Amino acid sequence: MKTSSGALRHSSAQFSTTVAAGVREIWAHKFRSLLTMLGIILGVSSLVAMSALVSGMEKGAKEALVAIGGLEKVRIEPQDIPIDQRHLADQAVGITINDVRALEGNAPLVTRLSPEMRLSATVSAHGKSFRPWMLMGVWPVALEMSEHVIEHGRMFNEIDDEMARNVCVIGTETRNELWGSPEQTGREIIPIGETIYINGVPFTIVGMFKHYESEQERKARELAKLEPKTDQPKDTVARDRGRGGGRRRGNFVFYLKNATIYIPLNTMWMKFRTGITLTGFGGGFQATGGAGGATGDPRLSNLEIRIASVDTLPEALQQIRNVLMSTHRGIEDFTFRTQEEWAENINNFIRDARLSGGLIAGISLLVGGIGIMNIMLASISERVREIGIRKSVGAATIDIFIQILVESLVIAVLGGLAGLVTSFGLVHLLSSFSPTENAPIVTVTSMLVAFGFSVLVGILAGLFPAIKAARLNPIQALRYE
Amino acid sequence: MALVELRNVSKIYRLGEEEIRALDDVTTDIAEGEFISIIGPSGSGKSTLMHILGCLDSPTKGTIRLDGVMIHGASSRQLAAIRNQKIGFVFQFFNLLPKLTVLQNVELPMIYSGVSGKERRDRSMAALESVGMANRAKHRPSQLSGGQQQRAAIARALVNSPKIVFADEPTGNLDSHTGEAILSLFRKLSTEGRTIVLVTHDPEIAAVTPRRIEIRDGRIAEKIDLTLAGLDRAAAPGGPAAGAEA
Repeated sequence: MKTSSGALRHSSAQFSTTVAAGVREIWAHKFRSLLTMLGIILGVSSLVAMSALVSGMEKGAKEALVAIGGLEKVRIEPQDIPIDQRHLADQAVGITINDVRALEGNAPLVTRLSPEMRLSATVSAHGKSFRPWMLMGVWPVALEMSEHVIEHGRMFNEIDDEMARNVCVIGTETRNELWGSPEQTGREIIPIGETIYINGVPFTIVGMFKHYESEQERKARELAKLEPKTDQPKDTVARDRGRGGGRRRGNFVFYLKNATIYIPLNTMWMKFRTGITLTGFGGGFQATGGAGGATGDPRLSNLEIRIASVDTLPEALQQIRNVLMSTHRGIEDFTFRTQEEWAENINNFIRDARLSGGLIAGISLLVGGIGIMNIMLASISERVREIGIRKSVGAATIDIFIQILVESLVIAVLGGLAGLVTSFGLVHLLSSFSPTENAPIVTVTSMLVAFGFSVLVGILAGLFPAIKAARLNPIQALRYE
Repeated sequence: MALVELRNVSKIYRLGEEEIRALDDVTTDIAEGEFISIIGPSGSGKSTLMHILGCLDSPTKGTIRLDGVMIHGASSRQLAAIRNQKIGFVFQFFNLLPKLTVLQNVELPMIYSGVSGKERRDRSMAALESVGMANRAKHRPSQLSGGQQQRAAIARALVNSPKIVFADEPTGNLDSHTGEAILSLFRKLSTEGRTIVLVTHDPEIAAVTPRRIEIRDGRIAEKIDLTLAGLDRAAAPGGPAAGAEA
């Protein structure tokens, strides 16, 4: 009874002494301990760095997802007619304005509809020409649909569309190609009111979108803007030119948005009806020659819709399908493309990256743990006599067990802390090695997890040596040379 | 009541088929305050006896009562606590921890009995004082002579005020002059009322204690070999000179 309460008193009063003894033991073998810790340092830092890289990617992908309209956006695209309906091909109507009217009236789960006609065009102005990613004929509603923001001028309106006016809204990429980017010219050119020739047809620019970029690009740009001011202002022009020329395209999604030109849908239909692209992104659909479908209604490249909420996505799709099957005479020449697939792909990719990266980092932590165990085993076989002495003056089995475990833990904790510090350097190194658009994000969670794992590894690695040491027979240990 | 009561204690090792009786039916008492030596040639079983008396080992048969407590079927934890509180050891090779200072070495038993830092230091300094080593408290064992190391080891053995101190060949690794000084330190401690057991193969050393137990082949020898023990010369310290257990 007395001994057990005494033992309890022990452990608390003893703990600081035990930790101090552990630190002293490690300090006595500085180089050896450092080498042992290196395993843990590398394991922890690679775990944190890996997680930071994946988090960066995840953030970039989510940003891009929002930039193209979020999960509520669904695209209806033309598709090959199923084989069992091939004989009805000449009756297929395609996606037309008629569908838009039908959906407006009969699909309450759809909150917004934006028909699109696409054309790959060449634009020229200011003595230069440029192939934008896409020329799109749209309704004014496309602005909200695709998360576009007008920075200068205005979006064309219903009247422009009704009158099929030759007006267009461009993105910064078109401006950069034709008039030069702010970095190149040193000032921002706003070509509102200028005339631009689209496939030879003159159009007036009425508006320009803001410049879309990922947060990472924005930071880089701001930094570049600040830098020359602080050191040599004279050098600015030359350096900026070099930078502008070799500039990376940035995230593809943002590039696409910047390199898109919008014109009114009606204008598109009036001016360019023969060239409109009728293939979905899936490809393979054979345009039935000319733009008119079986009904003669104007055919659309695709139809973008926004639904009320992601939760009702399946119901909304079913609703749309029902409406379209009736307008398309039961011929399934359309398909849905949801962002959900993409979001799922992102999530899958992130999960896989996290899993495989975590596995590799975990293995290196494990190797670090084996290193600790190895050194602890060597250490106790050097210190058999010490263990005998400690036992002879009254150390119980548990005291020796704790002592060895604490030593192993101290190595792991020190290694873990050093690893956390190192991880910042490693993240830096990795991002300079593999240029990714997405800056790695070091999260507190990943640091806590990595540190927690290093502690766990320390305990596991110390367990066997501690048991081995604690079980030593004091008499034999005292005789040991 | 004697401090230590040993009743029919045997320690039997098995080496394959062979049975080795390291101790064979030993019965003896040690009274409080006694200064006693256990003598015998190497392999006689005297070390085994000391280990059993010192709770480092448990007997195969028989009972030991230490300070009124039966040491029988005690767990290794209880044995550790008894070693810590009631027993001090002094070894031939000093057995100080080389990485610790003298003071830290002396503090060691108190760490395992949960004494607070300040009290630990005070008691350790007092113990070092009593063996004349207070001025070396901050030294490492490697910086000390053999005799000084042994004094530090004695301070460590005394620091928890044990009931009994075992010294296993305490002079075996010292020159005769230093050994002499260590023995007189034990004699002094004995006069202060400590119970001390010297374990040795050397009859000259055994001669300093008033009482001797001679072990031969695992048994307490009935008659002391006077020529071996050199008792004709050493009977002087007085008391019951003939150490035979009758």
